[in-house]
Amino acid sequence: MTTATTSTNRVARDFEKPLWRRVFLTREFAIVGLLIFVVLISAATVRGFSQPITLNYLLLDIAPILLIALPMTLIMITGEIDLSVGSMVGLASVVTGAGVHLGLPFEVAALLALLVGVIGGAFNGFLVTVVGLPSLAVTIGTLALFRGLAVGLLGTTAVTSFPEAWTSLAKAKIAGTTIPYIVVPFLILLAIFVIVLHFTPFGRGIYAIGLSKDAARFSGVRVERTKFILFVLAGLVSAFAGIYYTLRFGSARGDNATGLELQVIAAVVLGGVSVFGGRGQLYGVVAAALLIGVLSSALRLANVTSDVINVITGVLLVLSVVSASVLAWFQKARRRPSRPPRVAASTAS
Amino acid sequence: MTVTSTTRIPVSGITKHIGALGKAREFGILIALVLVIFAATAKNPMFLFSSDGWRDLLLTPSILALVAIGQAIVMITRNVDLSVGSVMGLSAYLTGRLFIDFPSLPIPVVVVLAVLFGALLGLINGALVAFARVPAMVITLGTLYAYRGINVMWAGSTRVNASDMPKDFLALGTGQILTIPILTIVALVVLAAAAWYMRNTRGGREYYAIGSDPAAAELYGLKTTRRVLTAFILSGALAGLAGVFYAARYGSVSSQAGAGWELDAVGAAVIGGVAITGGVGSVWGAALGAMLLMTINRALPILGIPDFWQRAVVGVLIIGAIVLDRWLAVRQRRQLIEARDQS
Repeated sequence: MTTATTSTNRVARDFEKPLWRRVFLTREFAIVGLLIFVVLISAATVRGFSQPITLNYLLLDIAPILLIALPMTLIMITGEIDLSVGSMVGLASVVTGAGVHLGLPFEVAALLALLVGVIGGAFNGFLVTVVGLPSLAVTIGTLALFRGLAVGLLGTTAVTSFPEAWTSLAKAKIAGTTIPYIVVPFLILLAIFVIVLHFTPFGRGIYAIGLSKDAARFSGVRVERTKFILFVLAGLVSAFAGIYYTLRFGSARGDNATGLELQVIAAVVLGGVSVFGGRGQLYGVVAAALLIGVLSSALRLANVTSDVINVITGVLLVLSVVSASVLAWFQKARRRPSRPPRVAASTAS
Repeated sequence: MTVTSTTRIPVSGITKHIGALGKAREFGILIALVLVIFAATAKNPMFLFSSDGWRDLLLTPSILALVAIGQAIVMITRNVDLSVGSVMGLSAYLTGRLFIDFPSLPIPVVVVLAVLFGALLGLINGALVAFARVPAMVITLGTLYAYRGINVMWAGSTRVNASDMPKDFLALGTGQILTIPILTIVALVVLAAAAWYMRNTRGGREYYAIGSDPAAAELYGLKTTRRVLTAFILSGALAGLAGVFYAARYGSVSSQAGAGWELDAVGAAVIGGVAITGGVGSVWGAALGAMLLMTINRALPILGIPDFWQRAVVGVLIIGAIVLDRWLAVRQRRQLIEARDQS
């Protein structure tokens, strides 16, 4: 009840603000600004950062995060979460590998992996919407389950024989640039997700569910169906990312992409999506994922180890969520320079 | 008077029933645990009836049980602590480092320092969660990275080896009293203390109240901020103690010690009947969940299943446990409604 009330208040407050404040004084805009700032600083101070090849590696590295962040954003706007995406990447990778290993043509194996993604996502969606379980608990379960199936199917063996045409495509650059081809499916998906989220009743329903599930249901949003579709989408996109991951490293292993879910969620939260739901923008998430990618490639070029990068990712995440509260606290303190004696507080306690 | 007593009779019957259900929840895990041990022992008597088998049965779950107890307390307040694995790893490395850098420090001082260090890391989590009013999942996801990163920066590729630690300390990890490992006894004492605290003290009951309905708890005047802070400090301190155990048991600590344990800890609590939505569960359940997880892990190879499938079994268990919980909750609500309609 309280979350619903505060959310509606927040929405009302947002619309009282002038347009420029609504556009520029947002978390998303701050992240875009931070991204530009970090790019400029890195280009000026880190040797080798401004080479075009940096962009190539950066995009190849964060492509799975960028891809999976799209459906994850939508899921988290509805107030749910999917922790099983990293395991699904691993499972899809193993299914592709095992298929090829058993003599199936690569295309068939990849389709099989996509099918597994849909089934896995539907399983999550079924438990969340039909059985009515909290998604955090469900997807902690399927995080272990999908990873277990992936590791169980292949054991410690790794399948490495994939058609050369496909593995080189995964790393190929678009002619004349250093941008890898994986950007093309990403941009197509991004366009689809933006249109769905912002220009369809389905997308408005996603925000409505996050603000108040009951209000959304009473105004005709099919809450369960929407969530189910989103979980299936997350499974499908994760499976696609799994196939890409396999091709890029030319290796299908059970432990591929372990811990990827945390990176995806870090990007989504950093990008301004509220874990309580109802709030968030895709461009903020894309900027946040790029920011994480730029930071890690700049720091790596500056010979900083990946552990420092982890610390920075963590601190950035904490700071970005705490900053809002700190700002609010400062504003409150500024509005009331002289504090009234805390009579109310002492009687309350 | 008579009116109230007649209306109260069915109510007390129902509360008894709910109490029985609550017992059944942890009882079910105990049954599952006994079944696993029985099946593994039937296949290979060494699983239980050898000194190594008996020791491993008790010792292996002790470390995870400590972390799971802390996790359960945090989850009961409707929060979650994803950083426990990193806290445990850092405390384990600190334990080793203290022995190397200050060889004159007595063992109890090192243990206390490592636990306090864990509590401090927990305090940071708790302060960020309680004061900034940001979801614990996001905060502890951030500190999961940050703490692990600090650990790797500190340890690099070096590791603490058994030869770096005093023999008396390592003996703690393997020593036994009446065939029961010392670490297990410590874990049981902690478990009993935590269970007593959660069940019988005002503070413990307030965790449940806060987890059931944070807004109502706040309106009622409970010190929500302080309680949430304490829950995180407890979770950190227990993860710190688990780190000490880890160092004593395995004698070798790398920067990756405890990686991924957060999910095992949450898994153990969930399997043990602690609801992720807060307010429900017990530390007993979480400890039993930890025991079941670790025992299954050891039983699988004996039952002829390659241990690659272990995580899949864990996943099925977690899903099974939450589905069972849901089913029990629905049944209980139906029974309550029926009882109300009858009265």
